Amino acid sequence: MSAVLLFLVIVFSAIRPDAFPSLANAQNVVMDAAALLVMAVGMTYVMIAAGIDLSVGSVLVFAGVCSAKVMGAMGADNWGTVLAGLVVALAAGLAWGLFNGLCITKLRVPALITTLGTLGAALGAANLVTHGNDVRTVPLTLIEFGVGGPLGLSWIVWVAIAVAIVGGLVLARTRFGRHTYIIGSNAEAGRRAGINVDNHLLKLYGLSGLLAGLAGWLSLARFATTTIAGHSTDVLAVITGVVLGGTSLFGGFGTVGGTVIGILIPTALSNGFIIVNVEPFWQEVATGFILIAAVYVDQIKRRARERA
Amino acid sequence: MSTLLEASGIVKRYGHVTALQGADFSANAGEVVALIGDNGAGKSTLVKVLSGVVAPDEGTIQIKGNPVTLGSPLGARAFGIETVFQDLSLAPDLGPAENAFVGRELIKPGLLGWFGVLDSAKMRRQAADAFMSMGTNLMTLLDEPVATMSGGQRQSVAICRSIMWASEVLFLDEPTAALGVVQTRNVLDLVRRVADRGVAVVLISHNMQQVLEVANRIEVLRLGRRVAQFNAAGTNIEQLVGAMTGALDRSAA
Repeated sequence: MSAVLLFLVIVFSAIRPDAFPSLANAQNVVMDAAALLVMAVGMTYVMIAAGIDLSVGSVLVFAGVCSAKVMGAMGADNWGTVLAGLVVALAAGLAWGLFNGLCITKLRVPALITTLGTLGAALGAANLVTHGNDVRTVPLTLIEFGVGGPLGLSWIVWVAIAVAIVGGLVLARTRFGRHTYIIGSNAEAGRRAGINVDNHLLKLYGLSGLLAGLAGWLSLARFATTTIAGHSTDVLAVITGVVLGGTSLFGGFGTVGGTVIGILIPTALSNGFIIVNVEPFWQEVATGFILIAAVYVDQIKRRARERA
Repeated sequence: MSTLLEASGIVKRYGHVTALQGADFSANAGEVVALIGDNGAGKSTLVKVLSGVVAPDEGTIQIKGNPVTLGSPLGARAFGIETVFQDLSLAPDLGPAENAFVGRELIKPGLLGWFGVLDSAKMRRQAADAFMSMGTNLMTLLDEPVATMSGGQRQSVAICRSIMWASEVLFLDEPTAALGVVQTRNVLDLVRRVADRGVAVVLISHNMQQVLEVANRIEVLRLGRRVAQFNAAGTNIEQLVGAMTGALDRSAA
């Protein structure tokens, strides 16, 4: 997949050598990727456990709305307000995630349907709270946090990098991560070996919601507004990135490192299309077909392995 | 030989169906005891009861003379009872060493352990030692996902894992059903070696020849009850089949 990313970079650089391969543009790409990556880390866990979470984009919006409302109500433009906004965003995300997890593990509603339902419900709830208008009560302190940072990268990007590093280490090196792989590979084997599968899945969906909440807060820092209508295809980009990164849609394998590369592909595509003056809607068309192709390749790999 | 596991009067009903109607069973330390019976005789149900997967409706289970309630597979494991299920219960995407420690992962000491960091090197070493001591060739496949292995290799992983943890009783549900001649030979040798270490091995099999060859004792189940017990020595296939089908009862009557 690194080759695909490299290919995209070369093609776009060849078409617009003046615009695409610049430091400023690279900063744009990683900035675009940051919030998606935060959600994709949670999605990687969920998908390795053979689940899916379609609600992340809507949960991002809902958490951002709650956070902006609370920060607006508090009024003061300081770090106290910003951190309160963070806590609210995390709590709102976690609540949706746990709701997903409870429906999936206790009520046995399939993850696809549960999270499709909350995809609609969380966005609807966000619109109810705001009457459909974006909330702009984002403190300047938070906006400034999104602008600067070490090495020319925004703090938003650094937060995403930190989430990816911690998420990657926990997945690869800890018992929590190992149980995630076991559940995705053969949940019954895990159950027989004493792993509390339902409890673990609940934590994974909670984690996915929590990270979507964090992404909502980061999105406020980036755009200084809630961008309610701007996240309908986030879940497409996130799942495409995770699958391109080598995580199987059917669970059992995948890495956060792969997801980091994978998430840059739809982001670079989107950025490149804008730069070469292709209508940006083409990016969604392309990402959609890339997702289908990536899952097809995953299927072929699985079949080849089972034959061997 | 001391009696390790003794079940008596086990009843298990599923709705209108009574799978076990007062079944008895016993297994002694250091022996291979075969549990045989026709389809529907209740073998699988009895194994599930004795490995803690399902709770019996009536009856008692004793381990070394003490009545116990297994409660769950975990409960059974706490008593040193391990089961190799017919479906093997392996995580196909993980390697053999990782599979050997599913649910029993070793954690690093100290602060890293507090974060739940795995001690992968130690698990690999212990698994490799176990695979080697059991005479398998799995040591060279430690990094291969189980899914890429042959049926016999997968069976070896599942059996080795159970042997690693079975201190008292090991249930093997049709362990050779999917295997070729050589692999079957290896598994049966392994079974014998485990029993020689003092573990009670319970072999569920359809293969009468195999049962007579490897088992010390044979218990026959029919219609949810134990109908006969044989010492393998001096028993022939006709007797076993007779007990399984009920032909012996009729001839005795």
